[in-house]
Amino acid sequence: MTPRVDVVINGERKQVAPGATLLEVLSELELDPRAVVVEHNRKIVRRPALADVTVAEGDAIELVHFVGGG
Amino acid sequence: MTTAVETIRDTPLTIGGHPFHSRLMVGTGKYPDMDTMVRAIEASGAEVVTVAVRRVNLDRSKETSVLHFLDPKRVFLLANTAGCYTAADAIRYARLAREAGFNDFVKLEVIGDEETLLPDVQGLLEAAQVLVQEGFKVLAYTNEDLVTALRLEDAGCAAVMPLASPIGSGLGLLNPLSVRTIKRRLHVPVVVDAGVGTASDACVTMEQGVDGILMNTAIAAAQDPVAMAHAMRLATIAGRTAYLAGRMPRRDVAMPSSPTKGMLD
Repeated sequence: MTPRVDVVINGERKQVAPGATLLEVLSELELDPRAVVVEHNRKIVRRPALADVTVAEGDAIELVHFVGGG
Repeated sequence: MTTAVETIRDTPLTIGGHPFHSRLMVGTGKYPDMDTMVRAIEASGAEVVTVAVRRVNLDRSKETSVLHFLDPKRVFLLANTAGCYTAADAIRYARLAREAGFNDFVKLEVIGDEETLLPDVQGLLEAAQVLVQEGFKVLAYTNEDLVTALRLEDAGCAAVMPLASPIGSGLGLLNPLSVRTIKRRLHVPVVVDAGVGTASDACVTMEQGVDGILMNTAIAAAQDPVAMAHAMRLATIAGRTAYLAGRMPRRDVAMPSSPTKGMLD
């Protein structure tokens, strides 16, 4: 079995492949990178940089989008 | 901009250098379903449509993005910071919203009290200053306090949004004098946000001379949201047109409308 690292995505504990990029994390979650905004350890990661940022043990990732609101 | 009557010409509402064709802005929350929301927005004639920033549901079987139903080419998406109780949180949400890539406008809310959802004006000013520095066009949701409104304008807000009454209350315009005073004293657009319950509330609000009105629950929670959206569109135009027309002075005594001369002996 491939080793996995623990991260927290949107408040949920998840396991991802070691050295995975944020783009790969999105792909594993079947999320379109154009439809979400990514915050990695409280820092916004712009779309073009998603493939350059790798995820490490204990990282906090927030994936947000627009929902109905007033 | 043309109102219902061709003889009355209005200038477009311009916020942060951006002209908008409708003075009515609508929210996208609390609709019974997305189809009703889409039809209600269409019926309202609104161009500015507010949205909130929330976590994506990681269970992809539940599509929750409002962009799945709205065409950002046809509506102007105004992200809010609803639900934020500190300046830091509101700034964080605003930055995330801008990153979505539609525009640099934000409806800034910093809430200070859970029961009334009244704004924390200190946090609001703090967040407004930071976001203006970062190039945001800030539309600040505030109470009907003139001094706060003046400070928000000084901070560089693109528009100030005093409430008619508490969010989702449907109580209508509780303090017309304060809202008129804010409109009279500010140079940036004043858009009344929150508290409208029905069409007459929208009409009375626009009659105060404010530049626009934003509502969500009054439409979304109506028995027939699409019909109410249409009523709100008419009421906004009626109120604006009446303001431009200039109302007659109030009198405490009657004055006959028909001639008093020419009566029979």
